Amino acid sequence: MVKDQEFLKSKASYCLDLAKKMGATDASVTVGHSISETVNFRNKSLEASDRSDGLALSIETYLGKRRSSISSSNLLDENIKTLIEKCFETTKITPEDEFNSLPDKNLLAKQISSLNLYDETRFENDKKIKYLKDLEESASSNNQIINTESSFTENKSNFILANSDGFCDGYKTSSFAASCVTVAKDKNSMERDYEFFSKRHLSDIKQATDLGNKAAKQTIRKLSPKKIGSEKISIIFDKRISKGMLSTFASAISASAIARGTSFLKDKIDEQVFANSINVIDKPDIIKGMGSQNFDSEGVNSNTLQLIKDGILKNYLVDTYNGKKLNLKSNGRSGGTTNLYFEKGNISYEDLMKKNSRSLYITETIGHGSNIVTGDYSVGATGFLVEDGEFKYPVNEITIAGNFKDMFKNIILANDLEFEYSVNSPTMMIEGMTVAGK
Amino acid sequence: MSNFFNKSDLTRQDADKIVSETLNNCDDGELYLEESKSESILLDDNKIKSSNYSSDLGFGFRAISNEVVAYSYSNEISKDSLKNSSENLKSTLKSIKGTYNYEIPKSNKKFYEDINPIEQKTLDSKLEVLNKVNDFLRKKDGSVKQVTASFAGEQKSIEIIRSGGEALTDVRPLIRFNVSVMLEKNGRKETGVYGIGGRQSYDDYLKNDNWKNVCEEAFRIASVNLESKPAPAGEMKVVLGPGWPAILIHEAIGHGLEGDFNRKKTSAFHDLIGEKVASEGVTIVDDGTIDNRRGSLTIDDEGTPTERTVLIENGILKNFMQDRHNARLMNTRSTGSGRRENYRHIVLPRMRNTMMLSGNQTQDEMIKSVDKGIFAVSFGGGQVDITSGKFVFNCTEAYEINNGKIGSPIKGATLIGDGPSILKEVSMVGNDMMLDPGIGTCGKAGQGVPVGVAQPSILIDKMTVGGTKL
Repeated sequence: MVKDQEFLKSKASYCLDLAKKMGATDASVTVGHSISETVNFRNKSLEASDRSDGLALSIETYLGKRRSSISSSNLLDENIKTLIEKCFETTKITPEDEFNSLPDKNLLAKQISSLNLYDETRFENDKKIKYLKDLEESASSNNQIINTESSFTENKSNFILANSDGFCDGYKTSSFAASCVTVAKDKNSMERDYEFFSKRHLSDIKQATDLGNKAAKQTIRKLSPKKIGSEKISIIFDKRISKGMLSTFASAISASAIARGTSFLKDKIDEQVFANSINVIDKPDIIKGMGSQNFDSEGVNSNTLQLIKDGILKNYLVDTYNGKKLNLKSNGRSGGTTNLYFEKGNISYEDLMKKNSRSLYITETIGHGSNIVTGDYSVGATGFLVEDGEFKYPVNEITIAGNFKDMFKNIILANDLEFEYSVNSPTMMIEGMTVAGK
Repeated sequence: MSNFFNKSDLTRQDADKIVSETLNNCDDGELYLEESKSESILLDDNKIKSSNYSSDLGFGFRAISNEVVAYSYSNEISKDSLKNSSENLKSTLKSIKGTYNYEIPKSNKKFYEDINPIEQKTLDSKLEVLNKVNDFLRKKDGSVKQVTASFAGEQKSIEIIRSGGEALTDVRPLIRFNVSVMLEKNGRKETGVYGIGGRQSYDDYLKNDNWKNVCEEAFRIASVNLESKPAPAGEMKVVLGPGWPAILIHEAIGHGLEGDFNRKKTSAFHDLIGEKVASEGVTIVDDGTIDNRRGSLTIDDEGTPTERTVLIENGILKNFMQDRHNARLMNTRSTGSGRRENYRHIVLPRMRNTMMLSGNQTQDEMIKSVDKGIFAVSFGGGQVDITSGKFVFNCTEAYEINNGKIGSPIKGATLIGDGPSILKEVSMVGNDMMLDPGIGTCGKAGQGVPVGVAQPSILIDKMTVGGTKL
């Protein structure tokens, strides 16, 4: 069983009391406990089981404007005492930083509403095994599939965040996640693809057979790929890639990147940065949402934020420290976005596919090719050549490149938005990007 | 050396007993105990931004029978907690019986000292160096707009207890020093990053103003990039500089030669042992035995002493990298490549220091032989799709080559290639093999482990460069 609120609160207050006693002017502490059980399958038989049971503690101590932190997994009182002593000794010799402080008291979350993020139900390992058997049975039903690997992970977590201004709260969360990776082979090639989900509640998980079938289908269609020539072409990004683009946008508007001056979106508030049909929203209070939260990692209340309105940048993602630097109030985004999404567009997926007589549909990118300082983008890609709205043949060993400043202004979104993950996007088209191939 | 048996009610005798009793009917497995202490100090935006100390303690208990691995970890080292884990392992493996392999090779060699780099220097002296770095770079040039510098230090003590009571221990120091600088000129911003590190004390970096060399290199890379032009797009010849660009070797073929992917036949290399996979003159080894290197290990995380494993010899594929589990299932021996990020993770076959050895040509000859292509000197990260064999890496410093001469610097671009065929496109191997500066971390299945790479300059006849200029 995951440790209860009382146990975590008692550890948190022990830490705060000790820090105060040693002379810390302020302190904040997070104590968490998490239990995960994973079962792995390969080729229809059990491959591994993995149980993890982990406690985690992190403490920040302040002496005026000086601050330092420690973290540990050892929650024995004696160890905590040694660590807080070390932490406070370090704080004393760390230089002052005028922006160091606990969050403003009046911004702290006051009322915690239930977002239904915890499901107590246990999904025993035997049930996980049954689920994965069904999943792999369907994933391997086509004889072009030569290898299947799948896993089911159940997690229960609890945490308490407390600080010396009296904030003390936390809540339990759970997740049930399954994934399937399949390998297909024909005489010309071997290809891999995957499908996965993660849900807060057991009753919301997907059918095992659907997951297996989808992974297999997505893998088989990649067989015998071709390399295409280098050219300018319209690119359609599958949802799993377009949501990554949204994550890159989020890192470029984090207050830390803005305050340091290392973002291509610095000083762009109230300016057009996306096509004017684009709206981007970050909503923390979606019931059962994978990214939902009652407050951020500093205890600050988080409300829904419209980040992009009609293509115009309206908000950065602000935490306390960088907010003070930028003269902005924290908007409860220490720790990043919550449930981030593009509002859906007004063209159907089918019409988007037919918009150009020839386009490139991307299902996977590899490499770390997003530079948020310059906005330059260049990644390896895999996908399909699309002609007249139909997949013609699979394509690989190509790169796609551009600059986000231009790419964002040329985005067209389909109307197929679904809320599956903590970041969600409809299918996306960007015209006029460069493909490098043969 | 950590004593794991003075922390709670768990004695060594208890642990031995539980381990032997749990693993008796299994093919392999061990109790892995780990205590780590780490620090990170970061200067950013003219200030000491953070100073963090962390201590971690826990165990991972593994039992393997046939192809099934059962694993359980906890950060509570106690009799109850170990018994719980034992029950958990037994319930997974209840219907599968094995025969325990007691054999594990021994060696007296050590590749680093039993030191705690964190305690060897005061925090003050580390803060002083970071502040000097900041002042030095900001005074150096008006275009310097942002400086980030950091120290990271770690000491990890491990003990492996096998069935029958055999215990193996290791104490591993690791440090890293990193500088990132952003320049702004005529409205254009570019970043340069450089770092050094290894399994040693901070001394070398704090002494003799050695940190200045790191600053100069980061500044030089950023300055070059301020002048960069859009990179070309398409297939062309590529000259790679020596040292860190060897992450090409790591991504393109290293991962594909890890035992697990080959046992499962999901690697493009699985049926190529004894076959020609690279041009003549190409020899690649994975070596865990180089003193004080980031990827070196005295013993791996299963207790096997590391070694220098020949992967490709003169173009012919010779060996895969193995941990005990995959080696047993493939009827071969462990190459001392079993690694894990920490006690929370299972062991996987991983790289250590992956190196292409020197040939006898010069970098000059390579450049002169290229009519149109690029010269890539430094890289950011890379990634590979093991199954299709396609891999990428991102240039952070590169130049055009026109008619045998190095031309303008070009913007960061992704290079993409095909792992199984790329080494056949190597047409010249330089005489200038160099180790990387000691900054690599390899990610696999969500686990990061420190690794090293090395290579001489090489000429690749055909690779796709992912620029924007057609």
